[in-house]
Amino acid sequence: MTRSVPTAAAGQAELKELASRAKAIRIGCLESIAALGIGHIGGSMSVVEALAALYFRHLRLDPADAKAPDRDMFVLSKGHAGPALYAALVEKGYLKRELLSTLNKGGTHLPSHADRKLTPGVDMSTGSLGQGFSAAAGIALGLRMEGPRPDGSLRRCYAIIGDGESDEGQVWEAAAFSAHYKLDNFIAFTDCNKFQIDGSTDSVMGLRDLAGKWEAFGWKAIKVDGHDLAALDGAILEARAVQGKPVMIVLDTVKAKGIPAFEGKAESHNAAFVAADLEACLKAMEAEEATRG
Amino acid sequence: MADREMRAVYAQTLVDLGALDPRICVVEADLARATGTGPFAKAYPERFVNVGVAEANLVGVASGLSATGKKPFAATFACFASRRAYDQFFLSANYAGLNVTLVGTDPGVTAAFNGGTHMPLEDLALMRAVPGLAIVEPSDPVSLEAAVRIAAASDGCTYLRLQRKSAPELYPAGEHFELGKAKLLRQGKDLLIVALGALMVSEAKKAAELLAADGLEATVLDLFSLAPIDRAAIVKYASASGRVVSCENHRVTGGLGSAIAEILAEEGVRAKLRRVGVGADQFGEVGTQDWLADHFKLSAPHIAAAAKSLF
Ligand SMILES: Cc1ncc(C[n+]2csc(CCOP(=O)(O)OP(=O)(O)O)c2C)c(N)n1
Repeated sequence: MTRSVPTAAAGQAELKELASRAKAIRIGCLESIAALGIGHIGGSMSVVEALAALYFRHLRLDPADAKAPDRDMFVLSKGHAGPALYAALVEKGYLKRELLSTLNKGGTHLPSHADRKLTPGVDMSTGSLGQGFSAAAGIALGLRMEGPRPDGSLRRCYAIIGDGESDEGQVWEAAAFSAHYKLDNFIAFTDCNKFQIDGSTDSVMGLRDLAGKWEAFGWKAIKVDGHDLAALDGAILEARAVQGKPVMIVLDTVKAKGIPAFEGKAESHNAAFVAADLEACLKAMEAEEATRG
Repeated sequence: MADREMRAVYAQTLVDLGALDPRICVVEADLARATGTGPFAKAYPERFVNVGVAEANLVGVASGLSATGKKPFAATFACFASRRAYDQFFLSANYAGLNVTLVGTDPGVTAAFNGGTHMPLEDLALMRAVPGLAIVEPSDPVSLEAAVRIAAASDGCTYLRLQRKSAPELYPAGEHFELGKAKLLRQGKDLLIVALGALMVSEAKKAAELLAADGLEATVLDLFSLAPIDRAAIVKYASASGRVVSCENHRVTGGLGSAIAEILAEEGVRAKLRRVGVGADQFGEVGTQDWLADHFKLSAPHIAAAAKSLF
């Protein structure tokens, strides 16, 4: 078990490490989708940095004991981003790297949508949007019933929902519930990548001021650039210090972040993606790194 | 034997179990007064959760609690437990391999004055389509207590169909019940009556007496669990007489009668079947329970008539 999680902001060395983890997650995810030839690349790419910050800074867990009773728990409510989660679990040491090429193939342990029965390290089965978030609220309550760890730290539940997913009524049922029960061990993220399946969230179902809605429901809302690791780390630290209410971190993200051909396009939701596309992506990443120096 | 209020038995059993097992918790959706779980809330306030009028979240939260090792009993009217929160119960609880007992109260015509909007006549059909789900409808206070204990001891999900009002005790205290084991209430050579739940078991027993007065001897089974179902008992007694009447406080599509028809066909039992239940093309209506039971032809005289039509 990770004995403790940081209480101070990430320094240069930690940020460099996080950046390399994020890169590995992004590439692992794209490799798994390329091995299949199609997948949910858009919504997987937009959560990569959040997953890196969670798995490599803030989640207390033990890859050697996926069901460790006093671990933090994590729910990927937008379950179709499973491939990004699997790449994070590989990077963290829960899964063997070779598994990535089995994505969505018959009999695999890595199905399109996250599945707690099939994949070590996955805490909740998701795929029917809205449900995972509500289960995450139940998990936060259950963890609170268990009480803090012997060292006094809270056992927390983290969750990620989508901005399109936020159309679901069940999200708002769980929002009211979590604030009513003052679940301050519940920290959630909205991956605000501005797209859902049928187009931009503004054109399909405009939810207007999301952060304002969460505040109105009794949550603390924090807005942050979802691809800026330092800002993300700072937001999670801030969220961990909040008492008496759950926290929603609204991530400003780019759908299909890191894939130039798809960035910010609705078509990236579930798209063909083959070896040649992967190569182009890797080249683009190299070029970007070179210009950054 | 004495009548006891079923919901009081439900609550008391949970209070008793809660004392021994700190994992037991109760989740309500603004119907705790109806379900009668106040005593549990009083005994273990930290394990009692009310989610408000939000059935999707009721089942979601219960599933999440189960993911942390708790054993939640989530309750609402059976119409909402099934029709409104079906996807949640199917995926978040059952598909996810968790341990949630979903209690559907006021099944079928027992919804009475709440009327057609509240009358669950399809919950069994829906629940029967969930792989591996145990479906239990106890017939009396004793079998209800057993059902709650079985659900609490189980590692999987259970749908408990609960008639809240008073029901007479049919079994001595402490009688042993098992999933998939029907109780033989009466044995007769001429036909088999299979009944499910307090209302229908009691009507089936009365119907057997009416038939006896006319010289027809019926075997009566109290099925207790619809899934798993006591295939062996159904095959045995159906084969013996070749005549079967199913009795369910539910629409005839997809529930008990359908389950029996499947068994008879699959096992090659030569038997004629009459399904007593609400008609395939009927929605629920408002009225007293007695009026509805007669209106939808669920009561003893109708069961007896259905039985006679087999001869
Ligand atoms: C209940 C439900 N309805 C519909 C779908 C099909 N679906 C999958 S993803 C998606 C759009 C989700 O949009 P968003 O949450 O913004 O996801 P992202 O853009 O982050 O991938 C839809 C409608 C589903 N999985 N679940």
